[in-house]
Amino acid sequence: MLEIRDLKHEYGGRSVLEVPEWDVGEGEAALVLGASGSGKSTLLAAIAGLLTPTAGHIRVAGEEVNALPGARRDAFRARHMGLVPQSLHLIGVLNAQDNVRIARRLARLQEDPAWIDACFAKLGIAALARRRATELSVGEAQRVAIARAIANRPRLLLADEPTSALDDAACESAIAMLLEQAAACGAALVVATHDRRIRAHFTRALEL
Amino acid sequence: MNVARLAWAYLAARPLLTTLHVLMLAIGVGTMVLLLLFTAQTEERLARDARPVDLVVGAKGSPLQLILSAVLQVDVPTGNIPYDEARKIASHPMVAQAIPVSLGDSFRGFRIVGTETAYLDLYSAKPASGRLFQQEMEAVLGAEVARVAGIGTGAQIAGSHGLTAGGGTHSAHPYHVVGVLAPTGTVVDRLVLTTLESVWEVHDEHAATGTARREITALLLRYRTPLAAVTLPRLVNATTAMQAASPAYETARLMNLVGVGAEVMRVFAIVLMGTAALSMFVALMSALQERSHDLALLRTLGARPGTLFALLAAEGVTLVVAGVILGLALGHAAAEALGRWIARSNSWSITGFAWVSQEGWLAAAVFAAGLATCLLPAIQAYRRDPAILLKR
Repeated sequence: MLEIRDLKHEYGGRSVLEVPEWDVGEGEAALVLGASGSGKSTLLAAIAGLLTPTAGHIRVAGEEVNALPGARRDAFRARHMGLVPQSLHLIGVLNAQDNVRIARRLARLQEDPAWIDACFAKLGIAALARRRATELSVGEAQRVAIARAIANRPRLLLADEPTSALDDAACESAIAMLLEQAAACGAALVVATHDRRIRAHFTRALEL
Repeated sequence: MNVARLAWAYLAARPLLTTLHVLMLAIGVGTMVLLLLFTAQTEERLARDARPVDLVVGAKGSPLQLILSAVLQVDVPTGNIPYDEARKIASHPMVAQAIPVSLGDSFRGFRIVGTETAYLDLYSAKPASGRLFQQEMEAVLGAEVARVAGIGTGAQIAGSHGLTAGGGTHSAHPYHVVGVLAPTGTVVDRLVLTTLESVWEVHDEHAATGTARREITALLLRYRTPLAAVTLPRLVNATTAMQAASPAYETARLMNLVGVGAEVMRVFAIVLMGTAALSMFVALMSALQERSHDLALLRTLGARPGTLFALLAAEGVTLVVAGVILGLALGHAAAEALGRWIARSNSWSITGFAWVSQEGWLAAAVFAAGLATCLLPAIQAYRRDPAILLKR
């Protein structure tokens, strides 16, 4: 599902990321581990096609992501990838449900209220569907962010530091939810973190 | 959930600011609309009332005052002229038609004009009910007079001395209303018309003698030949104790005088609209800063740069469209309110229930300027780096 070869990225002539070779298979869950500033977020951004690396190749579902021109890259990401950013970034002026609906819309998928209802029920946030994003707790917002990331039924789910601000119980719950939802939609999961508490949940890890 | 709904959600999330931006633009547009309506209707009214008359002969004084009083019926006359002197001018070979008018009294604020039935032909006025005046002390009412006074054919009315309400009443000389005119959209609608002899009859009582020389307020002339426009005014002004004034020239002069004030108001309205555009620009730019992460997020979700451009533009367009619509409504409402207020004390009035073609151009220009205002913030949104989402 994900193939990385000879990946390098530099900022101002300084190397910030080097991944000679790394693969994640279909339906697999993998961890990208490293301290702050080790290049985890840069790697996720490069995989998502949000930045173009200095050198190397990234293939997602057989497609050379960074070779795609801008609009097609955006469309490819919208169709095949889901992203849970570290600070969640729900759109504050929308309610929880509309935060998910807009993801489907931008992925050019049909409206599917039944799917959203079922997803919210599975994540335990059915009662929050019409609540404004700014009125949600961190835990509730994280669930909505996960629902949004899988709204397009992605083949690759990327999560950036999903547990960094959570206590042990919440950390367990969040990571279990990610694994469960990725498995439910058959997506490969890549989690970038410095949080070693979740190491045990993953059989494969890339150390940066 | 589409771009328009998202744009609306952003606007609805800050209702006070959104309302203020719309109001600022609306006040500018409304002021401009009011000016357009006022100047267009005034020009049209002046042209309509003055067009049938080529020259007015009256007592010496301000020529503009003579036209305002004798043709437009909004000012006091410059004085009276001897009827026999006026008749000499009327018999000049270059005069196709001469119609005397005599003022002095009013009925509930509407002027009573002593004249001939030919005066009604100038404005194509026809009776809607009854007939035209023929005998002394017979009168016909303009449509507006009948509507406001709530009277019609068969009524008896008494004039008040002077051209505004409140003068002594000529109760010993009531007029018999023999007809009501159909609306013409001209000055006639707001007049009570009677024979010259009726006005003399009423005022002979005040003169205390029956031997006073007959006088009229003015003589309205129509030329037989274009050459008369050169010859007749000079003849009257140089060889008689009267003055001649051209309605076309004086109304053009009046519009120039009014135009100075209108120009100041127009500049004021443009400044208001410019300020509104600037405030909208500031609002969109600050929205862009506040939402940099939202915009980056939308990019990661697959929004193309054009979608982000459309989002910012949709917000700006919504503000502009709301401002223009509200401004048009405000301008027309203000024109109607102003018209009703003026009409209480003056025969001049404007209406808000009219549309002038320049309003379409105004709306288009404001819309184009509003779009231009959105352009820079929208382009900035388009250029947002989506990777910032993963840099925090």
